[in-house]
Amino acid sequence: MSLVSSNQWAVETRTRASSMFFVIAAVAVLIAFAAPFFLSRSGIQDLFFILTMLVLAQCWNLLAGYAGLVSVGQQAFVGFGAYAMFATVILLGLDPLVGVLAGGLMGALLAIPTGFFAFRLQGAYFAIGTWVIAEVVRLSMAQWKALGGGTGTSLPTTATRDMVGVKLVQDIFGVRSAQAVDILCYWLALILAVASVVFIYRLLRSRQGLGLAAVRDNTVAARAVGVDALRIKAAVYIIVAFITGLVGALIYVQKARISPDAAFAVTDWTAYVIFIVVIGGIGAIEGPIVGVLVLYLLQTLLADYGSWYLLALGLIGIAVMLFAPRGLWGLFTERTGIQLFPVRRILTGGTNKTNGGTNV
Amino acid sequence: MTILALKNVSKSYGALKVTQDVSFTLEKGEALGVIGPNGAGKSTLFNLITGNVLVDAGQIEFDGRDVTRENPMARCLAGVGRTFQIPQPFDKLTVFENLVVAGAFGSSASESDVTGRCADILEQTGLGPRANDLAGGLSLLQRKRLELARALATQPKLLLLDEIAGGLTEGECVQLVDTVKSVHATGVSIVWIEHVLHALTSVVTRLLVLDFGKVIGIGEPDEIMNSKAVREIYLGIDV
Repeated sequence: MSLVSSNQWAVETRTRASSMFFVIAAVAVLIAFAAPFFLSRSGIQDLFFILTMLVLAQCWNLLAGYAGLVSVGQQAFVGFGAYAMFATVILLGLDPLVGVLAGGLMGALLAIPTGFFAFRLQGAYFAIGTWVIAEVVRLSMAQWKALGGGTGTSLPTTATRDMVGVKLVQDIFGVRSAQAVDILCYWLALILAVASVVFIYRLLRSRQGLGLAAVRDNTVAARAVGVDALRIKAAVYIIVAFITGLVGALIYVQKARISPDAAFAVTDWTAYVIFIVVIGGIGAIEGPIVGVLVLYLLQTLLADYGSWYLLALGLIGIAVMLFAPRGLWGLFTERTGIQLFPVRRILTGGTNKTNGGTNV
Repeated sequence: MTILALKNVSKSYGALKVTQDVSFTLEKGEALGVIGPNGAGKSTLFNLITGNVLVDAGQIEFDGRDVTRENPMARCLAGVGRTFQIPQPFDKLTVFENLVVAGAFGSSASESDVTGRCADILEQTGLGPRANDLAGGLSLLQRKRLELARALATQPKLLLLDEIAGGLTEGECVQLVDTVKSVHATGVSIVWIEHVLHALTSVVTRLLVLDFGKVIGIGEPDEIMNSKAVREIYLGIDV
């Protein structure tokens, strides 16, 4: 992006590292699309886990790291989206993919009343408020007898077997329908992950993104220069709810079995997500990408150690917070100055030469 | 034509009356100085004008419109620009980005439209060499300059300056006065709170004196500085 003014001023946001990275990223995405051709079913399931957690983490990072909205109630939108998908399939008899879309829309819809209450709270009270709201939604869903009440229910096997695209995937790979559903869900997760990263990056580089950064740094000053702080925060909250609802629904198309306790689990959908963002680096798009890989590695390495695994996660989380408050990616950027998703607007040109600065 | 009119404006915090029945008007293009001892309610007066604090009683008109109940954002968009006495930079944005936010949102323009103007303001306020540095790393003097620069970037019709000359060397003060004068020359109305009187009186044509939230005098600088009440209360001189 290069904006030249009459006085020969120019603004640069792209760096050499980022331009190179985009080429590598594009190749990586293409390889990822082809993964079902050379990876086993469990490999695809692992990738599905990584990608869905990545989307949840990107959302939480946008919410907490950029909009300053530290929510511990994002499981409300995962679960609500998933239940909306189940309702669409079981009660309306529609395709699960329509259900995924419905999950996103219902997530966004839910964000309007919950935001109305949560936005009256600040800081820690906001965090607690969002958790309480998530519990309320969980308890309400547990009353929904048509979807199994407190014990939950399963998607009818015919629904996933007849899902749009499953037949095609079966023919291409010569696999059974259950595996075809996994592959299809994986592709959708990949599309969603790429789309959400691109969307968040574009948002942060836009005028609204700059306003969001100003609100995060100093709300009073932001209002004084004409930024509508409340509107920007509310928009972020609702958009994040939409994406979180989509992912929640998609996760449960793949799982095919839902219960209120699982769908609204604070550990699975919020604690792990916060871990990913904190470990990787809050307030940077690269952070969740690093964090999700670390979480996956830890899960794989420590899978046989039961509750020691959670203990280790907690200890690592504390260590990173103490010694690298900007996360692993923050540590790396500090040392090398490399940014893969630069959002800085660097002013160049003009009559008096401005120096490059020490922008971090 | 009047740009700003306060009519019987009052504000209390509990039993403490910080603004009592304040009325004055400012003509378009005029520069008014506000003086008064610490705690006289000068900064509160600004917060009332910008909407950061809402009045208990009275009315505020800006540019021919009643803005008494409007929020700070709406008043900024209407043309009220301000600096904060304690600088409030966007720490994790660069100096240039601080101005772009103000330029893009404060005057409802796109980023590319305000780039040139923001860069020019940086040059004008002596922040050019720090354009790409994080605002959080600026010295106090530079933060004060940034306050002024950011307020200018919103393209205000009325500029409220809150003690921007304090702690400056003589040379820096002259520079600052020149900057304020050049802004004033473009037709921007100014209200300036300042303890550095010689800087103030070289720009403003009228002075308003506040004490305990009340206006105790308003008029030409010479007349005000020589009045008995001001010398007693403000300068602490026995006459």
